[in-house]
Amino acid sequence: MEDNRIASKNVITMRNLSKIYKMGDNEVKALDNINLTVDEGEFVSIVGPSGSGKSTLMNIIGCLDVMTEGEYYLNGNDTSKLNENKLAELRSSEIGFIFQSFNLLQKLTALENVELPMIYKGIPAKERYNRAVELLTMVGLEKRIHHKPTELSGGQQQRVAIARALANNPHLILADEPTGNLDSQSGKEVMKIIKELNERGNTIILITHDINVANQAKRTVKIMDGKIYE
Amino acid sequence: MALMQAIKMSLKSIIDNKLRSFLTMLGIVIGVMSVIGLVSLGQGATEGVTSQIKSMGSNLIMVSIMGRGMDTSLSYSQAMSIGDSPYISQISPIMSANAYAKYGDQSYEENISGVNENYMTLRNLKLKEGRFILSIDNDMRQKVAVIGSNVASDLFGFTDPLGKTIQLDGNNFTVVGVLASGGSSISNSYDDSIFIPIKTMFVFQRNRGITQIYLSASSEQYVNIAQYHVENMLNTIFKGDTNAYRIMNQSDLLSTVNSVSNTLSMMLGGIAGIALIVGGIGIMNIMLVSVTERTREIGIRKALGAKKRDILLQFMIESLTISGVGGIVGVIFGFIASYLMGHFMNLTVSPSINTILISFSFSLLIGLFFGIYPANKAAGLKPIEALRYE
Repeated sequence: MEDNRIASKNVITMRNLSKIYKMGDNEVKALDNINLTVDEGEFVSIVGPSGSGKSTLMNIIGCLDVMTEGEYYLNGNDTSKLNENKLAELRSSEIGFIFQSFNLLQKLTALENVELPMIYKGIPAKERYNRAVELLTMVGLEKRIHHKPTELSGGQQQRVAIARALANNPHLILADEPTGNLDSQSGKEVMKIIKELNERGNTIILITHDINVANQAKRTVKIMDGKIYE
Repeated sequence: MALMQAIKMSLKSIIDNKLRSFLTMLGIVIGVMSVIGLVSLGQGATEGVTSQIKSMGSNLIMVSIMGRGMDTSLSYSQAMSIGDSPYISQISPIMSANAYAKYGDQSYEENISGVNENYMTLRNLKLKEGRFILSIDNDMRQKVAVIGSNVASDLFGFTDPLGKTIQLDGNNFTVVGVLASGGSSISNSYDDSIFIPIKTMFVFQRNRGITQIYLSASSEQYVNIAQYHVENMLNTIFKGDTNAYRIMNQSDLLSTVNSVSNTLSMMLGGIAGIALIVGGIGIMNIMLVSVTERTREIGIRKALGAKKRDILLQFMIESLTISGVGGIVGVIFGFIASYLMGHFMNLTVSPSINTILISFSFSLLIGLFFGIYPANKAAGLKPIEALRYE
């Protein structure tokens, strides 16, 4: 993993960000006036109980959803000025997702799953293949590259997902309860890989309800009723 | 994303759902097959009839006399006087009736036509053996007959008919010629006819008169002038009673037959086209099911950076591939079906390039049309909602 990024550059800047859902006449503030900055190379956990707004926050950080008010800059890009296609491009090059339920495509092999983000970014086939093999080797699955998700254990599937998240060498790895569906042994292995990624310079945001997982990060942000506390 | 990648992804998804893709394709296959089969059947039938009409010769003018008997019809000399024009090269008045033909213990009711020596050239008849009726036969009112191939086999079996005597309504006639088998034509089948000199026929059938006149224009460009001349003459003879006769030339007949059979072909094609549209609805149906089933997959792809256009392309290519492959298979089966039909129905049925191109592109168009809505639906899914979908 090469790292030629400038240290201490803001990856995430959020100013007075709110997300309001309208349900009939009621307004629900899922996120309430959030100010958050995450620097290059940080390992931040966002911890809160269910219903606290952490999933909404993660969706907005991941450019899967848009805020109602405020500003959000991802690696210098003003997300409020981007259309759907530009947001897709941003997701493709700036963010690597790790989901609780892995979200691998069941009909594709581990290799093809890792290649997928590179296909959408338009990387040539040969380069794509080499990079996918390299990443799968890094997460210790070099002997399983042609297996489908159903032929892999939960821990192995999550490692494929990590390799996929790294495919386009994104600025930010966004992990949503990465250990939530794993037994404790596999969970530990996955957390170990995530910590290693951070040591190599990747910026990581980890979203969890489990305070023990959250404490493994260098910085913990608590979220409750749509507001954040540090 | 490169087009090749989109095609690869779509093919993979089609292959992953083999049975479903096959059944969806079947709708298009049947549609294209029936369009090609039915339209070429219609065209084959048209060609058959057209070639029969063309074989009559392009200079031919046919006159039917509606009246019967001496008062309302024509005499032989009146009929021959119509041919007295530089624009008309040959003329043969015809008098036809049914009569019992008897040879030995075989007796059949056959069509008897009284004709003159020009009839053979006018109708492009071919002799198998012997000779046709000569002008001298007419002048001498000879009792000679030229028989069609079916008549020959009915009456004589394997015996050589030449020189034998047959009885037509009790009168003895000598067979002087046998016609080669020519198949049936639309005016009537000469395989089933017996030809005798027309003047001889007047002797036996005094009360009948001329029923038809065949004329040929001296060249193709004079057909209209010749027809005008014939019309004038007949108008004078029948004193302006235009219902007493009917004149047709080959191109009139061709255009009538063509317009009838074109309508028929269009109708057959239209019915088959409905099958194709139903096949298209099948594609749309299955694509919609597929979009719903793959909502989560679409969400994942979008989270990983797929743009609206990438998803749209993937689903469009899927429906186009199904309709395109279905179209190709349909063309192949349509070919086979039309050859089989041609074989069993004794028609020359060959699907034209136009029919193939039109039905194949129609199947692609259907894939496109019925694929747009499901593909658009897939592409428009919001990533978070799609990811949340179980």
